[in-house]
Amino acid sequence: MKIRVDPIVCDGHGVCAELFPERISLDDWGYPIVDDSPIDDRLLPHAKRAVEQCPVIALRLERALAGR
Amino acid sequence: MIVAATSTKALWYLTRGSGIVSLVLLTASVVLGVSTAARWASAKWPRFITEGLHKNISLLSIVFLAVHIATAVLDGYVHIRWIDAVVPFTSTYRPFWLGLGALAFDMLLAVIVTSLLRVRIGHRIWRAVHWLAYGCWPIAVLHGLGAGSDNGQQWMLFIDLAAVAVVATAVFARFVVPATTHRTNTPLVGGRA
Repeated sequence: MKIRVDPIVCDGHGVCAELFPERISLDDWGYPIVDDSPIDDRLLPHAKRAVEQCPVIALRLERALAGR
Repeated sequence: MIVAATSTKALWYLTRGSGIVSLVLLTASVVLGVSTAARWASAKWPRFITEGLHKNISLLSIVFLAVHIATAVLDGYVHIRWIDAVVPFTSTYRPFWLGLGALAFDMLLAVIVTSLLRVRIGHRIWRAVHWLAYGCWPIAVLHGLGAGSDNGQQWMLFIDLAAVAVVATAVFARFVVPATTHRTNTPLVGGRA
């Protein structure tokens, strides 16, 4: 799995970076910079929580490309 | 006989107590919800705490409202039916004030159910329904002011006034003060050239 942000929906609340700093950091304007490398099972609960808690539902978990 | 009388009284006190606790929880939930929308946060109070508390306190309020409704119905002193808790203005006992309670409860259920299904139903529908919270809370307060048995008490007046004051302050700060001033994670002053 990997995490994706919808840049049009995103409002820069910044909750995702608090909940999932392993893959998400914020730029100077408070918008997320997403590392889309695959998320292993150990980190998946944090990723899911970040997706659920996003105030505008701008995050999505996507299946990583086959073979990864 | 005495046991029956005591248990009846216990139910009635439980109705009143759980109603007041619900008011306090809903007030906290509204303030936290407004804080989320207005993006208030600091280094010591990150956003996910506001959001997490908002969610969990809202769910907790449902538990206390369930107690509030169940004890009011089960207490036989006044006749309240189960349906009166969800269909507004149909009860024989104080139809208007109880109806406000039922109305607020319906609105709260809509808000909570859509929130639990938020990721599935999408942001637009969720947000449209979530605005109901701003109607739900004042109606719930009016229900308490009209139907509450403790309204003559000074401490009840204090709780009501405090609840109205904090929600009014939060709402004022969200809608009247420009949102940009709250964006703490946006360094307005910084060393960027």
